[in-house]
Amino acid sequence: MAARDQHGSGAPWPEEGPRDLAATNASSEAGFRAVGQSLRKIEGLDKAVGSAVYADDIKLPGMLHAKTLRSPHSHARIVSIDTKRALALEGVFAVITGADLPTKYGVIPWTQDEHALALDKVRFIGDEVAAVAAIDEDTANAALRLIDVEYEVLGSWLEPTESLANQLSDARPAIHEDHRHGNVSKRVELEFGDLDAAFASADVVMENDFVFHGSTHAAIEPHCAVARESAGGLLTLWSSTQITHYVQREVSRVLGVPQSRLRVIQPNLGGAFGGKSDPFSLEFVVCKLAQVTGRPVKMLWTREEVFYAHRGRHPMNLRYKSGITRDGKLTGVDAKILIDGGSYSSFGLVTTYYSGQLLTGPYDFPAYHFDSTRVFTNKPPCGPKRGHGSVQPRFAFEVQLDELSCAIGMDPIDVRRKNDIGGNTETVNGQRITSNGFAACLDAVEERSGWKDRHGKLPSGHGLGVAGSMYISGTNYAIYPNDMPQAGIQLKVDRSGLITAFTGGNDIGQGSSSVVRTIICEELGVDSDDVRVVAADTDLCPVDLGAYSSRVTFMVGNATIDACRNLRKLIQRGVADEWEVEPSRVFLGRGEVFDTEDREKLITTRRAFEIAEARCDTLGSTGSYNTPKLGGDYRGGSIGASPAYSFTAHVVEVEVDEETGMIRVPNVWVAHDCGRALNPMLVAGQMEGSAYMGIVEALFEDHKVNRFGLHAGPSLLDYPLATAVDCPELHALIVESIDPEGPYGGKEAGEGPLHPALPALSNAIFDAVGIRLRELPFTPGKVLAALDEKRAKRSEETPSC
Amino acid sequence: MLRLPAFELHKPTTIDEALELSARLDGCRFIAGGTDLLPNLKHEMIEASHVVALGDIAELRDIKVLAGGGLTIGAMTPLAEVAASDDVRRVAPALAEAAGLVAGPQHRNQGTLGGNVMLDTRCQWINQSYFWRNALGFCLKKDGTLCHVIDKGKRCVAAVSNDTIAPMYVHGAKLSFQSQPTKEMLAAGAPSEKQVRPVPADALFKADGAYNKKVALHELLTHIELPAAAPRSSSHYEKLRLRGSIDFPQLGVAARLDLDEAGAIAHADVVVIALAARPMRLKKAPECLVGETPGTDAFEAALEKLADLGSRSAKPLPNIPGDTDWRARMVPVYIKKAVRGCL
Repeated sequence: MAARDQHGSGAPWPEEGPRDLAATNASSEAGFRAVGQSLRKIEGLDKAVGSAVYADDIKLPGMLHAKTLRSPHSHARIVSIDTKRALALEGVFAVITGADLPTKYGVIPWTQDEHALALDKVRFIGDEVAAVAAIDEDTANAALRLIDVEYEVLGSWLEPTESLANQLSDARPAIHEDHRHGNVSKRVELEFGDLDAAFASADVVMENDFVFHGSTHAAIEPHCAVARESAGGLLTLWSSTQITHYVQREVSRVLGVPQSRLRVIQPNLGGAFGGKSDPFSLEFVVCKLAQVTGRPVKMLWTREEVFYAHRGRHPMNLRYKSGITRDGKLTGVDAKILIDGGSYSSFGLVTTYYSGQLLTGPYDFPAYHFDSTRVFTNKPPCGPKRGHGSVQPRFAFEVQLDELSCAIGMDPIDVRRKNDIGGNTETVNGQRITSNGFAACLDAVEERSGWKDRHGKLPSGHGLGVAGSMYISGTNYAIYPNDMPQAGIQLKVDRSGLITAFTGGNDIGQGSSSVVRTIICEELGVDSDDVRVVAADTDLCPVDLGAYSSRVTFMVGNATIDACRNLRKLIQRGVADEWEVEPSRVFLGRGEVFDTEDREKLITTRRAFEIAEARCDTLGSTGSYNTPKLGGDYRGGSIGASPAYSFTAHVVEVEVDEETGMIRVPNVWVAHDCGRALNPMLVAGQMEGSAYMGIVEALFEDHKVNRFGLHAGPSLLDYPLATAVDCPELHALIVESIDPEGPYGGKEAGEGPLHPALPALSNAIFDAVGIRLRELPFTPGKVLAALDEKRAKRSEETPSC
Repeated sequence: MLRLPAFELHKPTTIDEALELSARLDGCRFIAGGTDLLPNLKHEMIEASHVVALGDIAELRDIKVLAGGGLTIGAMTPLAEVAASDDVRRVAPALAEAAGLVAGPQHRNQGTLGGNVMLDTRCQWINQSYFWRNALGFCLKKDGTLCHVIDKGKRCVAAVSNDTIAPMYVHGAKLSFQSQPTKEMLAAGAPSEKQVRPVPADALFKADGAYNKKVALHELLTHIELPAAAPRSSSHYEKLRLRGSIDFPQLGVAARLDLDEAGAIAHADVVVIALAARPMRLKKAPECLVGETPGTDAFEAALEKLADLGSRSAKPLPNIPGDTDWRARMVPVYIKKAVRGCL
């Protein structure tokens, strides 16, 4: 197990000249042919030249355009809605309101509290109230201003601490008045081990408060949906979603259309990051409007509307208390977390569990308690963003761990090594850990960053910081209880030589369809040009639960292997019949099929398909994956229970300008244990993208709502993302621990590599200028304030480290 | 995507044609690069039934060296060209720097120097969609009566945000406007011939963010004239922004120092933008710096004094997005950076 730098002199894809992956690739050493190759993404060229079809590229004959009327109030009752003037406008085909779609929905079946259009109440500025379908966008927009809505304005809940206090009144009732716990959306408290004993046995116990701000996904493609109803009443919905299956379930339920008569298709997607993993208002609305008008209907959101739809990272107030012994062993961790959920539940039940359940690795500690409460506020609803629910606690804990290391005078990397939970073990909350490459991740970032010669030794203003993390590769918690496969796939092959895979897996740009292709090439020995992947079309593809929780490579990958091996048996049987030998003698691979005991019998794969088609009838196979039973034997024990965990370590290098407070990040070394890199280029892309996203949300982003309850700046000018010149040099160091249950040993790489970026940055700032930043984002103003505080303290005492 | 409201587009090829259109048509706006006008139209901050595009007017595009060493820069010269021009770098280094710091590379290819001069003021409460501003209850600058920056404020304090104007101040730039009288002006007895009006850069602005310029909308900025640089003169522009690209200034400071033959400062001018509607010249700059010799302790002390005095008068407001306290704290830092950058 060794780390490979995906750039620089050892890069497996040199910028010019032929690729020579074999020279550096562990997978080729293991005898793989396609696995481990940095094959270009299936849709890569189409995207690069602009010919890829996204939802907004779909134009159908007679298509209408729909727009949404949104609430200008953060909390109000709808007294009346009058659509007459809007309907009278020439070019308007239909206007619908909440009364047309009265069924509640929500991605988690236990907490459904959303309406496609508000029925009786609006809960944040931007909440959907009515929708118009018109001949063009301008007419639809004009019609929105002709809808007369009378509101009874209510007091708003903008502070999570106030929501927690739950002082309800007639003037300021609960945001969801039918919710049992007022403004408390969900509370989870779990305890493992003896915490009192843990803190008693510690030499140093620290307790600190941390603040994690909100951030959003800012995928470059805004949400878009197109619906059409056929003459026979079949509904087709094209949507920029990462959860085709759940969208089908929810739209079917809300519209009262059987799932068998609703086809949901995900076209090419311009990024999602968790921001497209809920069913959204526009999906229900275009379907309803298509039914009402008998015309195809499209809705494309503006960037501002995407900010209102949000579902981004939850702001959290976190208090952590951790104990450590003089020799660097963690004894216990206690966490109390207040989560600002915004106006709806979304994935909040899971978020609340994840905020506690995912902290129990990569470090071993014998006692753990967490108490997490998610509250509703009158703000855009929060949900899952890359590293769902666990980036915030990870930030707080890894900064505290740095402080503990400092307090006992031990190198922070050594402290992390000392507490490494290792492989084939169980966490304190009962999660099964199999493969674990965390130690190799620490080694890699330590070596590549020059840590030993530089940490604590750089001139003032320059620093290095480290952090580690663990993340899931999918979980065995099915969002709705069922015993069916979590991932299913179908293969079709015929005399043309083409293998077509049908997968419900959502390729959201992360490359899941390309992973399916790699696996088919590996298993059946065909060239990548001879594989086609049809994905995320509910009419054509078997069910897959979607692209969330970093489940796709692991689950869809395993399902693909299963289907390939079933297909291989079929082809071997056909050829064996033809050759009158035992099927076990028929070798299939490298584009050839031959008899292992008589090499004279040699045919092409395509010829083998012909023979098998003749002998065995029309060819096809299926495959599936389901997790084994996992998780602790307690309520919620399966939430966060994953068949495999990925591990990450970052070293971040920082430069702090003590005059302006501005922070520059020249380098981030990201070592990530992805089990096995099925496609190293895609893995490195995910690692770099994750690290970028983490650094940027620490430095620039702030999903704020102002004193009026208005989003502080719903545009990509006011919500700053790093530009190319602000982006650190990202060093992706792939670590392969070869997971026993993953596809060829593979695990996730899309979310885990984000986590350590934020705490490692805070820890690097401490190394650079001696200040502890526990409140995100790290704005220059906060840096200067902390430097002032340090100078004031220095005059009183000398800090210990 | 936000929709661009409909308007009639006119594409004149001569200045006179453009002037005739703007005088004749009601609700008319000029468009240069469009990087400011189009978002403002989409946000319904302004309305236009006619838009006169200046891109086809060749006479608006030159950078010319004048006898005596000055320059005229056509208003339609792209910012990227201004930033890369050796002539501009020689005559007004701070202007080339500022042009190179406007927004991002694509904006600088599209956006023009004249467009940057005529940029509208900016504020977190105005540069938003109609929906957003409606939810807010609008503001003084457009459609409303309240200021959300200053409690009970009666005059708009949206911030002057054009990077290139601060260097134009310190270099004594003259802005040349041309116009034809409008129907209303003719009816009131105005002469019918074309007006050519030179306006010193530092006389262009008034302290009203709703519209911060002392020229009318039908007047066309045709070119910017820069006098020759004094001997031993240098200038520098410093821009505060969180990111390395794209952002409008959170603060901008231009400085110019001319040295005498002995190396002492003979002329000093420092101008700060992105505070309120009008650029602010630090009146104490000559008093503090003239006569001092850079490199001496006395110069350093004088610069500290100027930075301190400057930070007392140049007070950022919570008008543009960002951390107002930080911007205030950066005023003396950026005054010093701008002055030192001249050396």
